[in-house]
Amino acid sequence: MTRIMDLKPLPPTAALLDWLERGTMTSRELTENCLARIEEQNPTLNAFVSVNAEAALAQADAVDARRAAGQPIGLLQGLPVGIKDNMCQTGTLTTCGSRMLHHFRPPYDAHVVERLLAEDGIIIGKCNMDEFAMGSSTESSVAGVTRNPHNPDHSAGGSSGGSAAAVAASMVPLALGSDTGGSIRQPASFCGVVGMKPTYGRVSRYGLVAFASSLDQIGPFAKDVTGATLLLQAIAGHDTRDSTSVNSAVPDYIAAMKQPLTGLKIGIVDEHYGEGLDQEVAESVRNAIAKLEAAGATVRKVELPHAKYSVATYYLIAPSEASSNLARYDGIHYGYRSENFDPKADGLVDLYCRSRGEGFGAEVKRRIMLGTYALSAGYYDAYYLRALKVRRRIREDYDKAFADVDVIAGPVAPTPAFKLGYQSDDPLAMYLADIYTISANLAGIPGISIPCGTSSSGLPIGIQLQAPAFEETRLLQAARMLEATSTGS
Amino acid sequence: MNSEEVSKVASLARLSLSEDELVTYGEQLTKILSYVDVLNEVDVEGVEPMPHAIDLRNVFREDQRQPSLNRTAALANAPKTDGSYFQVPQILEQKDA
Repeated sequence: MTRIMDLKPLPPTAALLDWLERGTMTSRELTENCLARIEEQNPTLNAFVSVNAEAALAQADAVDARRAAGQPIGLLQGLPVGIKDNMCQTGTLTTCGSRMLHHFRPPYDAHVVERLLAEDGIIIGKCNMDEFAMGSSTESSVAGVTRNPHNPDHSAGGSSGGSAAAVAASMVPLALGSDTGGSIRQPASFCGVVGMKPTYGRVSRYGLVAFASSLDQIGPFAKDVTGATLLLQAIAGHDTRDSTSVNSAVPDYIAAMKQPLTGLKIGIVDEHYGEGLDQEVAESVRNAIAKLEAAGATVRKVELPHAKYSVATYYLIAPSEASSNLARYDGIHYGYRSENFDPKADGLVDLYCRSRGEGFGAEVKRRIMLGTYALSAGYYDAYYLRALKVRRRIREDYDKAFADVDVIAGPVAPTPAFKLGYQSDDPLAMYLADIYTISANLAGIPGISIPCGTSSSGLPIGIQLQAPAFEETRLLQAARMLEATSTGS
Repeated sequence: MNSEEVSKVASLARLSLSEDELVTYGEQLTKILSYVDVLNEVDVEGVEPMPHAIDLRNVFREDQRQPSLNRTAALANAPKTDGSYFQVPQILEQKDA
């Protein structure tokens, strides 16, 4: 066997799969390569919060042994995968970037972890994230900030910044993230990789630490569309333990993605190009759409008149759900417990309040406060209920738009990766930057971010494609078409 | 939001906050809440609330016995136990003997 020593940057997913299948490279060799790359890069980038080399190598050896014996191998063929640190893996620290869960070792595997293991993905470690996935910069983790591989003074995006940076820096070919308001697509855009939020219900959330249950969805990161497709195929499907996971057949994404699309109708939205959008981002996105047009797609305008309300709608619904979900952290069953407690003078409620006050960071507490207020007596109708009604308006806009077009194309984020520390004092400014991604979560539809250019300062720019619910196949085909126009492969 | 309201919300949320935090959150939440008032522009007359992205209702299953966590695993992450139970502060007054 040829030993492949220098795999930085990692080659395309198709090449890795081909080498593994033909035995040009073993899963152990690839895993060792990734571990070496992590050792070299992680002190600077802080993409991984924990690495489990021993277990990863043992898993890789088992895959290699089965392959050598001619036994069947799972879809992921022994490719290493990083997983966001809000996904439970038995006995492995799952911290959610929080002091609250700093020592938490789950007693069970998330559905996606079971799927990765069953499909021979090598779980190499856990990736950094904003605390409880609340944030857009991976700066609020108790494990410190994640840096952008393209420029370490800049953010990797968030909240799945660790997963995006790990793939961009070739520490792993594949990674999982979660997306509640753009937390896969925005870091993918900032780091120059492919990131996809599937339709709500396509992937089981069992074992994903809950943030906002009507919005959270797990999805893939990869260097290319082939990798994202492969990872989606491995994790998609029904699971009785998450009753919101939809019981419908999973298409063969891998076969379908390779088929070229003919007659693709792309929708563009005027409002996407309004105030606040960086001109280089606008230009890159327009160029990418023009390339698709040159490849045979037609472009027409569609209207999403309620999209401008999506930030306000989201920042009522998501914190409301979070305030309820995070009520479970009580300092008793698991997680952080305050030591500042006098059994003679203090009561149970004091223990709750101090454990939560000390265990949660600033952004998490801000959102719990906001959500608690929006759900409290006297304000429920004015805030939460109204937001749920506007949410339906946002969804209806998409239904109308998708009657005319197959996909909607636009920016992922208003700017390329911002500098670390930027906007940290102004939460509302940070929230407003989620404008292009959060409406897909509110509507429950899939979205993908694909690299489409580079800014004059050398930072990646992504384009977002969105499709109707459960049309992941179409999204991947369109993404692949776009990728082919830029890489020529 | 005035400081009284902020304190009330913090108490509902079971969060013990410092004086500084109460002031900061008061200012920030006021700013965020005044921004979300933009939703009052939208005509939502007769619109059904959309609590969920998919129209799923009442997913039932048979009530069958299944294995669950054993005591050791259930207590493994607890900050304070006596080996058999979670330990909590005393919540009932003891009668004077």
